[in-house]
Amino acid sequence: MTVAALGRLHAGRRRRHATALAGLVLALLAVAAVGLATGGYAIPVTDVIATLAGGGEGRQHFVVMEIRLPRLVLGALAGAALGMAGGIFQTLLGNPLASPDVIGVTAGASVAAVTALLVLGLTGAAIPLTAFAGGVLVAALVYVLAWRGGVAGERFVLVGVAVAFLANAVLGFLLTRSDVREAHTALVWLVGSVSGAGWDDIGVLAAALVALTPAAFVASRSLAPIQLGDDAAEALGVRTQPARLRLLGVGVALTAAGTAAAGPVAFVAFLSGPIARRLTGTAGAALAASALVGALVVTLADLVALRLLPGGMQVPVGVVTGAAGAPYLLWLLATEGRRRSPA
Amino acid sequence: MTTGTPIAPALPALGVRRVAAGAGAVAALGVAAALSLALGARGIAPGVVLDALLHPVAGDADHIVVRELRVPRTLIGIAAGAAFGVAGALIQGITRNPIADPGLLGLNAGAALAVVVAISAFGITSPGGQVWFAVAGTAVAAAFVAAVATGGRSGATPARVALAGAAVAAAATSLTTLLLLGDLETLDRFRFWQVGSPAGRDLEALVVLLPALLAGFAAAAAAGRMLNVVALGDDLARSLGTRLGPARATCAGAVVLLCGAGTALAGPIAFVGLVTPHLAGRLTGPDQRWVLGCSAVLGAALLVGADVAGRLLAPPGEIEAGLVVAAIGAPVMIAVVRRRIAGRR
Repeated sequence: MTVAALGRLHAGRRRRHATALAGLVLALLAVAAVGLATGGYAIPVTDVIATLAGGGEGRQHFVVMEIRLPRLVLGALAGAALGMAGGIFQTLLGNPLASPDVIGVTAGASVAAVTALLVLGLTGAAIPLTAFAGGVLVAALVYVLAWRGGVAGERFVLVGVAVAFLANAVLGFLLTRSDVREAHTALVWLVGSVSGAGWDDIGVLAAALVALTPAAFVASRSLAPIQLGDDAAEALGVRTQPARLRLLGVGVALTAAGTAAAGPVAFVAFLSGPIARRLTGTAGAALAASALVGALVVTLADLVALRLLPGGMQVPVGVVTGAAGAPYLLWLLATEGRRRSPA
Repeated sequence: MTTGTPIAPALPALGVRRVAAGAGAVAALGVAAALSLALGARGIAPGVVLDALLHPVAGDADHIVVRELRVPRTLIGIAAGAAFGVAGALIQGITRNPIADPGLLGLNAGAALAVVVAISAFGITSPGGQVWFAVAGTAVAAAFVAAVATGGRSGATPARVALAGAAVAAAATSLTTLLLLGDLETLDRFRFWQVGSPAGRDLEALVVLLPALLAGFAAAAAAGRMLNVVALGDDLARSLGTRLGPARATCAGAVVLLCGAGTALAGPIAFVGLVTPHLAGRLTGPDQRWVLGCSAVLGAALLVGADVAGRLLAPPGEIEAGLVVAAIGAPVMIAVVRRRIAGRR
C-alpha cells in the first residue's frame, strides 16, 4: 500500500467518524424534539424552542422546563456517563461483554442505594451520594482482591463477577427483610428510572461529568497502545499498570455517577461501546461516540417507556433497555464472532 | 493451568484416599442432616427427633415440627444440593473451565424468569407445574450462554464464559423485573423464592420432581467416563475414539434437568455448583466419576449445612440458605480465580 493510499484510507476513516458523530447528534436532537413536544399535553415545536429561549406562556414553560427537559437532560447525561464507562471497560478488558454491569461496579452502587433506602430510610440527594460511594468502594475492593503483583484483565473480570453475585445476595437479603411496598420502591430504583428528575440532581451529575469527561479522554490515549499488548505498549513508552489504574478509576467513577443519578439502567454501558465502534468503524473506545450513543439509548428508551407502550402503560426506562438486552446479545453473537474477537 | 498432585506416585494410595473421602463426605452429610432435624428456633433433643421419626405421637408439638417442617426441609436441601453439585461438576468437566456454576452461567436466572412467567402469566403456583417451565428456562439460558461464549474465534475462555453467563443472567433478570414491577403479589412471592432456600417448600414438590432428578443423575453417571477422556483435551479425546457430540449432549441434558429441578425445588442458588467440584476434586483425585459422586454428597451437605447455619446466625429469625451459600461461595470463587489465573496483567 502506498503512502498516498494510506493517507486516503486515514482520511476516509476520519470522515466516517465525523459523519457518525454528526448523525448521532442529529438523532439526539430529534429524540429531544419529540420528547419535549409530545405527550399528554402537546406543544408545537416552535413553542418549545421559544420556551427554551426563555419565552413561552406559563403552562408551557412549566411542562417543558420543569417536567420534560429535566427528564431528558438527566437521561442524556446518565446515558453519556454509562456509555463512556462501557467503552472504556470493554476496550481495556478486551471483551465486548465486560461492561460495568457485570463486574460489580453497578451492583455495589445498587447495594449502597438500597441499603440507604430500606435500612437507613434516607431519601432525596442522599441516595445518589451513597450509590456513588458504594460503586467506587466495591470497585476498589474488586481491584484489591484481583491484585497479584498486578491486575490481569481476566482475573479482574472473574473477581468482579464473584463480587457482583455476592452483592446480589445482599440485595436479596435486604429486599426480603422489608415491607413489600418498600421493596417495590427499591425495585423501581434497581430498574433505573429518570422520572421525577430535578435540576439539583442534574447539577450534581453535570459537575461530575465536567470533571470526569476530560479525564476520560486524556486517560483513553493509552488505550490504543495497551490494545496492542503490554509489551508493545511498554516499548511505546506507556507505563501500563498506572495507565490501567487510571482508566479503571475513570470508568468506575463514570459508572458510579451515572448509576447514582438514574439507577442501574440495564445494558446502557453494555450496548453503547459496540454500537459506537460499529458506527465509527474504529476498534478503540470511540469515547465521544460511545457517550452520544449512551445518551441516545437512554433518551430514546425513555421516550418508548413513556409514550409508545401499548395501552398507554408507563414504565421506568430501565425496563425498556433491559428488554432490549436479550436481542442485543443475539446480535452480538451473530456479528462479533466473525470480527476481531479478543479474549 | 496446573494440577498440584502428580498422579503416578499417588496411585497405590488413591483407592484408600477415595474411600476415605467418600466416607468423610457421607459422614458430613449425615451430621448436617441430623443437625438440620434437631436445630432451629425450637431446639429438639436427639432422642426426641428419633422418637418423632420412629414412633410419632399425634399431637406432640416437637414431633409435628420434626415431621412436618424439618424432614421436608432437610430432604429438599439434600436433593437440591446434590443436583446443583453434580450440575456444577458436569459443567466444569465438559468445558474444562474451573469457574463454571449453574448460577454464574445464568442458568438459574433463566429458570427464575420462566417460573415468574409461570406464576404471573399462567397463574401456576404448584411446583409440579413450575418445574417444566424451570427446565425449559434453564435449557434456553444454557443454549444462549453456549452460543454467546463460543461465538468468538478465541473460543470459550473462563472469562468469556463467565461474562456470557453474567450477561444472560442480567437479561433474564431485567425481564423478570419487568414482570414483577406491575404485580405486587407475584413480587411478594418471588422475592422470597429468589434468594433460594429449602425451607417452606412442600414435600410433594420433591415427589413430583423425583423423576426429573433421577433422570439427571442417571445421565450424569453415564457421562462420568466420557468426562475422564474429555479432560485430556478435545483432540486426544477424539483420537481415542470418543465422539464429543454425544458426550456434550448427555452432559447438557443432565445439567438442564438437574438445574431446572434444583431451582424449582429450592430457588436459584448460586455457588453450590462452583464450590463442591473443587473440594471433591481435591479430596478424591482426578477421576471424574468420583468427582461427580462426591460432588453430589458434598453439594447436599453444603446446602443442608448452610441451611442449618442460617437458622443459628440470626435467632429468632433465619437467613436463607441461598444467602449463606453465597457468603461462603464468593470468597471461594475469588480464591480459585487468584490461584488458577496467574499473571500480572
